[in-house]
Amino acid sequence: MSEEFKVEIVNPEKSFLVKDDVSEVVVPAFEGEMGILKDHISIISFLKPGIIKILSKSGDENYYVEDGIVEFKNNNLSILTSTIFNLADMDKSKQQDLLKKAEEEANKTDINDQSKYLADQKVEVLKTLN
Amino acid sequence: MASLDDLKKRIASVKSTQKITKAMKMVAAAKLRRAQESAEKGRPYSEKMNNVILNLSNGIYDKENAPKLLSGTGQEKTHLCVVMTSDRGLCGGFNSNIIKKAKSYFAKILDKGKELKIITVGSKGNDQLKRVYGDKIIENISFKESKNANYFDADKVGKMVIEKFEAGEFDVCTIFYNQFKNVITQIPQAQQIIPLNNEGEENSSEESYEFEPDEDEILSNLLPKNISTQIFKAMLENSASEQGSRMSAMDNATRNAGEMVDKLTIEYNRSRQAAITKELIEIISGAESL
Repeated sequence: MSEEFKVEIVNPEKSFLVKDDVSEVVVPAFEGEMGILKDHISIISFLKPGIIKILSKSGDENYYVEDGIVEFKNNNLSILTSTIFNLADMDKSKQQDLLKKAEEEANKTDINDQSKYLADQKVEVLKTLN
Repeated sequence: MASLDDLKKRIASVKSTQKITKAMKMVAAAKLRRAQESAEKGRPYSEKMNNVILNLSNGIYDKENAPKLLSGTGQEKTHLCVVMTSDRGLCGGFNSNIIKKAKSYFAKILDKGKELKIITVGSKGNDQLKRVYGDKIIENISFKESKNANYFDADKVGKMVIEKFEAGEFDVCTIFYNQFKNVITQIPQAQQIIPLNNEGEENSSEESYEFEPDEDEILSNLLPKNISTQIFKAMLENSASEQGSRMSAMDNATRNAGEMVDKLTIEYNRSRQAAITKELIEIISGAESL
């Protein structure tokens, strides 16, 4: 089983998820979605709001993230993020809450282009979840 | 000698104080376990963050144009100190230790003729510092309403610090907090977070990374996050330290109250005995004289 690697998701409060039988991870990197397979070159990138897809033998998992950093090195993928939700645990009301917050943020006029872009991304991603 | 009644009252009051300190100790012990757990769980994040930044800053060749949060403004005229203390008292030397550390640092800075600005987090620190350094305190933040240290609070402080940095209000930022070692020992720490101080920590891995987008952009995104993360780490360490310090302080207080009750009880018994003896003597000598 040499096609598997380890993924670790950490948020400030705790180590969110550790999995070592992952075959592929798709992360919403800042410049577009990025699929990571075993033996990928060492890379550091950061995330925009989107869905992390983790494909593994023990089942696929999807997570919604708002920001974060990914680091891949020696077949260890670390994802550092401050806001992450498992899509399986996310119900409609939670989703609506997040959407409302994101829309509020996106409608603010006094933010710079980058945060505007990020807020728009959030709205877009959350809408597609419906 | 105090009268019997006074002694009785004092014993009762010491006993009820003892009950309070005992209860506080139990509460602190329960909270300590939780705070310690979250401090330990929070460590991987800040460690990983540090690692990534270390790798990144090693990858930067053009140090001159590196983000200011990493390399500093090139001068160190104005110092900002973020002093993190608790919102509640009765926790032994916890707050005083941080304040002492901070004050000696302040004195050093002022001696060098540099400007000083202070942000206090937690009301106890503000109370102690405003007497001497009242005019230097620019902000006072307190998280009384949030039960546990959480990342959003830390992020608020972090964003404020960065805003002030970008507005050019200070050059160097240091945070003061207590590092939790164990229940009896907490070490007051002064940690410089702007500019980032990672000299001496040579990176062993020679491996080069691919960056997407380029290093500068990642760094300028990552560094503000790192500030919040460091502050959050300090908050977690602080809350574990506070509970640990309170627990040992309350343990001591309970023991002292116990000793005091013993002493007072002996005194009470003695004076009761003395009063009885005195009455007996009076009765006997009265009967003899008849």
